[in-house]
Amino acid sequence: MTAYLLRRLVGALVVIWGVATISFVLVFLMPGDAARMYAGPRAPEATVERIRQEWGLNDSLPVQYVRFLGRAVQGDLGRSTRDGRPVLQAVIERVPVTIQLALAGLSVELLLGIPLGIIAALRPGSLIDQFTTVLSLVGVSIPQFAVGLVALYLFGFVIPIFPLGGYGVIPIFPLGGYGTIAHLILPALVLGFSGAAFYARVLRSSILEIANEDYIRTARAKGLGARAILNRHLLRNALLPVVTLIGLDLALLLGGVVVIEAVFGIPGIGLQAWTAIRNQDTPMIMGTVLFASIAVVGLNLLIDLLYLALDPRVRLNAA
Amino acid sequence: MQPNMVKLNTRNQNSFWGILRRMPRAWIGGCLVLLVVLAAVFAPLFSPADPLQQFREGLSATGTPLPPDGQFPLGTDHLGRDMLSRTLFGARVSLVISFIANTTAAIIGTVIGVLAGYYSRAVDSILMRITDIILAFPAILLALGVGAVLRPSIPVAILILTLITWAPLARLVRGQVLSVRERAFVESARCIGARDRRIILYHILPQILAVTIIWATVSFASTILVEASLSFLGVGVPLPQPSWGNMIFEGQTRYRIAPWMIIVPTIAILITTFGFNLLGDAIRDALDPRTSQRL
Repeated sequence: MTAYLLRRLVGALVVIWGVATISFVLVFLMPGDAARMYAGPRAPEATVERIRQEWGLNDSLPVQYVRFLGRAVQGDLGRSTRDGRPVLQAVIERVPVTIQLALAGLSVELLLGIPLGIIAALRPGSLIDQFTTVLSLVGVSIPQFAVGLVALYLFGFVIPIFPLGGYGVIPIFPLGGYGTIAHLILPALVLGFSGAAFYARVLRSSILEIANEDYIRTARAKGLGARAILNRHLLRNALLPVVTLIGLDLALLLGGVVVIEAVFGIPGIGLQAWTAIRNQDTPMIMGTVLFASIAVVGLNLLIDLLYLALDPRVRLNAA
Repeated sequence: MQPNMVKLNTRNQNSFWGILRRMPRAWIGGCLVLLVVLAAVFAPLFSPADPLQQFREGLSATGTPLPPDGQFPLGTDHLGRDMLSRTLFGARVSLVISFIANTTAAIIGTVIGVLAGYYSRAVDSILMRITDIILAFPAILLALGVGAVLRPSIPVAILILTLITWAPLARLVRGQVLSVRERAFVESARCIGARDRRIILYHILPQILAVTIIWATVSFASTILVEASLSFLGVGVPLPQPSWGNMIFEGQTRYRIAPWMIIVPTIAILITTFGFNLLGDAIRDALDPRTSQRL
């Protein structure tokens, strides 16, 4: 058990180190002179040279690499070449906004996907089952940014129920009344729709598979009602693949968040990365990428642990 | 004689093509894909105008884009260019980029998956850690990072798409190889003195090919989606070359006065991805009869 946990932890650390290395290489290959960018086009060469000295840009590649890793471990991801602010601070300021959007999207996925999956599985071949199948294919076919824009046009402009993008007043979690929630509904629906259809499909096939297990027959034979079987035996096992998927889905969800933030003008880390690209603000781009990847790796590790807690069979295999 | 003929008939119906032919999904998907491919191939023939030509009469008196009418069937954009021609030529760009990236990713993913699965231990853990690293990056962010380093162009877009597409396949192929490797025919090949190269090329690869082909069909749709997102975010196909993604980017700030600038390319993307997903789904079910029987 401990050995398993240790192995997973070391694996996660290796992955994070790899992500950091790739980020470093990309920063190093970035065109343009970061010091010149920070000093401005009209600054004298002496000033730029001083900044270069200060930031250690004249050192050799291995020296810079080791220093980069050393600083990253201490949470120092460099400074924005745009305004000189520490990247980590800028990213952390924006994180609550992104978490809020991601959670809202995930809620849409699960609140729509799980009931749809259950209904489809209980009546295989029915109209609603076929509808779910088609819906899931539409879901994975949707370009989120484009549908987001069309949704903005239809429900923000033609029929003005929702605000035209932007962001509500309360920065942490939707406690700000209709104003904040209204800003969140449309992006969350667009973000969660594809995932909802996908989860519905996975849950459906997982329920159908488990319905053939011996312990379901036993439960039925000992006279348990359909509802009790569903709640106590079927769903509890059928939801396991969904939990795994949430972990795999995180990277995808975060990718979707970037695009949705850009479309709806929501000031999260996605919009920040996008703005940083426009400004060629390398440390900011890489800081955001690194932060997001570490978040994904960490959350995946957490989901694995959750899995251990949920499924005793995994616990036995891991031991 | 009679039962024999019946048997023959069922066998034919249960073959891959037999199953596929009876699926409405396969027909609808196939037709949509064909439609888009034809539109791309014959774009110069169907297009009423040059996609880059800016028409003086393509803008209203106040300089706004024109809605769909006789001369411009799908309207014009903010520079007075014909939307229909741009959408048709955009199909070329999207399909070619996605095809090259997807094929390259399929080859890389298969090679890495086979090597990792066959050689296990050191090779396996190094290759799989690399795969994990790629999978840990949120694809769009990795693409943004690479896109920031390299100047946006079509080859760069292909490179980025390939980079973020191969990893899931490598993982899938590795799993397959791990089970094929233990089968009796591989062991007997080794017993008669076949070398690794021969075993991989003639005994393992043919078993893996079906997986790769299914994956490539299904993944094509998502490659198209990512390509569009990248162009929309400004690290994909550079302007003025039309691609569906950068057409939507140009429409983003103008959708209130010219909604067709975003609606037309969105529908084009949807038709393409929905077609490939339907077809891919049908092929997967036809190759794996267990799932189709259950439905």
